[in-house]
Amino acid sequence: MTWTLIIVLSLGAYALKAAGLVGVGVRDFPAPVRNVIALVPAAVLSALIVKDTFTNGHDLQIDARAVGVAVACLAVWRKVPLWLVIVLSCAATGTVRAIS
Amino acid sequence: MGRAKPSSKATDDWSGIIGPALGLGFAVFAFGLSFGVMCIDAGGSVPKAMAMSLFVFTGASQFSAVSVIAAGGSAISAVVGALILASRNAVYGVAVAPSLRGSLPYRLFASQFTIDETTGMTLAQDTPARSRRAYWVTAASIYVFWNLATFIGAVAGSNIDTEKYGLDVAFAAAFVGMLAPLVRSRRARRVAAAGAAVCIAATPFVPIGAGIIVAALVALVGLRPGTERAAPVSTGGPA
Repeated sequence: MTWTLIIVLSLGAYALKAAGLVGVGVRDFPAPVRNVIALVPAAVLSALIVKDTFTNGHDLQIDARAVGVAVACLAVWRKVPLWLVIVLSCAATGTVRAIS
Repeated sequence: MGRAKPSSKATDDWSGIIGPALGLGFAVFAFGLSFGVMCIDAGGSVPKAMAMSLFVFTGASQFSAVSVIAAGGSAISAVVGALILASRNAVYGVAVAPSLRGSLPYRLFASQFTIDETTGMTLAQDTPARSRRAYWVTAASIYVFWNLATFIGAVAGSNIDTEKYGLDVAFAAAFVGMLAPLVRSRRARRVAAAGAAVCIAATPFVPIGAGIIVAALVALVGLRPGTERAAPVSTGGPA
């Protein structure tokens, strides 16, 4: 994690926010663009979930992380508060590691 | 107390905003702690973790970038993936712009806080005055809690064995929480499933972290007719 990365990310993130609020203002993006942008988080977040759960570098693997994420899914489904979802998920993964 | 005797309407105006704004602040606290800890784990430092939360200030993207770096991905993959995820903030900017009219410096300053939570709170109000107030109160709450939590997490992170306590799944768990409210429509569910499948399929062949970017391309199905609403990611991190 370099300072260059942090600076570029800061500027990029700010530019995107300002593009909407200051640049485009009260007009709007074309509908197809809005639709694509609205779908991005669903695609990216689910990709991040499987990446953090099943990958190790270029390899695919199933380990204690899968248990933790399964617990997170269950907790979210049961409408558990998000902070507790994280705690339960981490605890499940740590427990599996401790006993295996 | 009660000497000021505010009109009941004024009291209502504030009470309907401050409570939820503080609630959101507490909610992001756990995410901020995780972020601070994992930032250190990914080779960051307390100043770097703080710079991310103070200046990038959009949680899901911060998580995404650190997650890619922690996995051994390149800075380019980390930045591109994070910025694709941050693109929705541009849509939010348009959505809150009518509530934040003012001078150019005012709007430039306000832009830094255009994230899921502030947008959600702003759009939930029934009058322009309440919207503007909700935006700033929520921005202040999230900014303070998010940065405080990042700091505590980063300082603590230096002394924590993250794998032992399973903290390496904190991001994945957070992402699950952020994803849930986004997949109410059938199309969004399909996009999420396809994104996961594409990422898994691409992982062995593309640079580490680039699978996220490839998966983002799935969102291009939005170019086909059918309407999606840019629902704020509920976290969250200033997601």
